[in-house]
Amino acid sequence: MTTAVGTKKMTLVQAVTDGLRTMMKEHDNVLVLGEDVAQNGGVFRATDGLLEEFGDQRIIDTPLAESGIIGTSIGLAMNGFRPVAEMQFLGFIYPAFNQIMTHATRIRARTLGAFTVPMVIRAPYGAGVRAPEIHSDSVEALFAHMPGMKVVVPSNAYDAKGMLIASIEDPDPVLFLEPMRVYRSTKMDVPEGKYTVELGKGSILREGSDVTVLTYGSLTEQCVKAAEAASEKGYSVEVIDLRSLYPLDKELIAASVQKTGRAVIVHEAPQTGGLCDTLISLINDTSFFYMKAPVEKVTGHDTPVPMFALEDHYLPTSERIQAAIVSVMDC
Amino acid sequence: MQNEFPMLQIIDQNGVLVDESYRSLLTESLVKELYVKMVRARLFDRKGVNLQRQGRIGTYVPFEGQEAAQIGSAMAMQEGDWMFPTYRDHGATLTFGHSLKNVLLYWKGRQIGCVPPAGKNIFPPAVPIASQLLHATGTAWAEKLKGTDRASIVYFGDGATSEGDFHEGLNFASVFNVPVVFFNQNNGFAISVPIAKQMKAKTIAQKSVGYDIEGVRVDGNDVFAVYFHTLKAVENARKGNGPTLIEAMTWRYGAHTTADDPSKYRDQEESVRRRESGDPVTRVELYMKHENMWDEQFANEIEQTIMKEIEEAVAKMEQEPAPHYSEMFDYVFAENPWPIEEQKRAYAGMRGE
Ligand SMILES: Cc1ncc(C[n+]2csc(CCOP(=O)(O)OP(=O)(O)O)c2C)c(N)n1
Repeated sequence: MTTAVGTKKMTLVQAVTDGLRTMMKEHDNVLVLGEDVAQNGGVFRATDGLLEEFGDQRIIDTPLAESGIIGTSIGLAMNGFRPVAEMQFLGFIYPAFNQIMTHATRIRARTLGAFTVPMVIRAPYGAGVRAPEIHSDSVEALFAHMPGMKVVVPSNAYDAKGMLIASIEDPDPVLFLEPMRVYRSTKMDVPEGKYTVELGKGSILREGSDVTVLTYGSLTEQCVKAAEAASEKGYSVEVIDLRSLYPLDKELIAASVQKTGRAVIVHEAPQTGGLCDTLISLINDTSFFYMKAPVEKVTGHDTPVPMFALEDHYLPTSERIQAAIVSVMDC
Repeated sequence: MQNEFPMLQIIDQNGVLVDESYRSLLTESLVKELYVKMVRARLFDRKGVNLQRQGRIGTYVPFEGQEAAQIGSAMAMQEGDWMFPTYRDHGATLTFGHSLKNVLLYWKGRQIGCVPPAGKNIFPPAVPIASQLLHATGTAWAEKLKGTDRASIVYFGDGATSEGDFHEGLNFASVFNVPVVFFNQNNGFAISVPIAKQMKAKTIAQKSVGYDIEGVRVDGNDVFAVYFHTLKAVENARKGNGPTLIEAMTWRYGAHTTADDPSKYRDQEESVRRRESGDPVTRVELYMKHENMWDEQFANEIEQTIMKEIEEAVAKMEQEPAPHYSEMFDYVFAENPWPIEEQKRAYAGMRGE
């Protein structure tokens, strides 16, 4: 699936731009729309330069209305376009909830495939950047729970570009979440041109044999750090980046926990009803008899994300993850 | 439609009275009070921007240029009324009695920043655009049901008029004829998006027509026009005549927030030009000079008094002890359900407490 040639060092947010540019170049029917995406290049500069390159019929500053953005994108998608709609922050997607839940996700099912909605919704999410209220929400589980919606989260630049291209090519609605905390934290080699990272597949960030840490998006760095710290104590920790929250990569997860017999699940979203519950259910269904210890969860609390003075108490830290690793090992 | 909603002024941009019928209402004490409140808001705002630059608070949302709109409207409200600001309206909330210290703490990421002084019906800044219009309608509706003569005022920007909640707010207020003032500050931009991309309509005031409510467009940089037209709207509301939509034409001089770079989407020369011709604070100063109300010494003294008040608030903000993490757990419900209680205990345990 790759026609890529050279590589370029990019941050995650630059890889998003590059993925959009690649697909806009290749397909005239790919449109980008949202608040402040064109002239301003997005509040995070994720769409910077696209207006100059593609013009205001391909990248569109919309009125300030999330339901309007998603609802019209549904119509555009049903009628030949591939809209990539930006929600400025995941915490501002709520006005569009109705459009996503009652239409985007079920038009294919309602019409037995006569109409479809091949659209992508991009949204930065997560805490840890001292943002004002509501800007830090991590509510991916609401969408993973929605029948008819794929939910994916890259954690690095390479995956971001490849997964975004795959999302735009996908025949169904995809929620593409961008961990804003790692938007610019590192640069890595990203192939130029088109390549895809298959949706529905996780990846092993670090191999190990004693414990599996399952995570995604914003906290992969903390998990790898915790795994390294644990290795100094003699524990061999495998870290899996789920990348796809719906559907989950069942084979990869099951194979890993069957090998290690122990699992720690890490996400910053609130605990109850979070992805941790679905993951424990998957482990129960596939690997119950392999488990040597109960699964541990390291998550946000069942509270709204507090204002930023307290956000470090909300977010899982490398220390909290290490403590969970020790706890499953000591069991 | 623009002609049906002319921009009303009481003074022009040079501070010259253009509507004689207001001469007797513009008493020296009222003029001075409005002036002092505007200077206070402006100095506070500049302090906010500086504190952010120095890393003493987080992202800050400036409003310089919008003082007349915020102070004129807030001054028209009375004790017991309700106020629903956005993130940009601390000029209004401070005028309505919010504490300088708590407003600063809000921008320092402290939950206490959402708490108004006891007895003040000031809602925390609305961050999800336009959502607050419905709350203002609801609280005003409650006052009507309770049989009081209190009203609500709600602030929102030009961008907010695109959200569904804006329309639902106006419609509910219209249908139930509730005492609410919808106070729009049309500063021409929603972050980078100019009004011409936001709507084809030439005015926001005309959106009142579809809901059959009062609509008025005022020069939002003329504090007298803002004050008296808001007062009229509130008095109408108190009398049971229902809601009014006010469009106050204004301009923010600075960035959308301290994290924004306006040079990406507009020529900042426009802000310089507007500051030089028609600045809301300068206008009142000019008016006072024309009317022999200006007193240089008074102006200097109040500036010093205000700076002292602001510096004291900054000191208090910085002395405020760091919040304990229990604050995050203990206010979600009246009583912690077991999951929160367990999570709190586990977190304390992890910290070795
Ligand atoms: C529902 C929602 N969508 C997007 C945002 C992000 N956002 C914050 S301010 C803003 C522009 C608001 O413009 P306007 O209503 O004109 O008010 P102004 O900021 O100019 O005072 C946007 C898009 C938000 N806060 N809430």
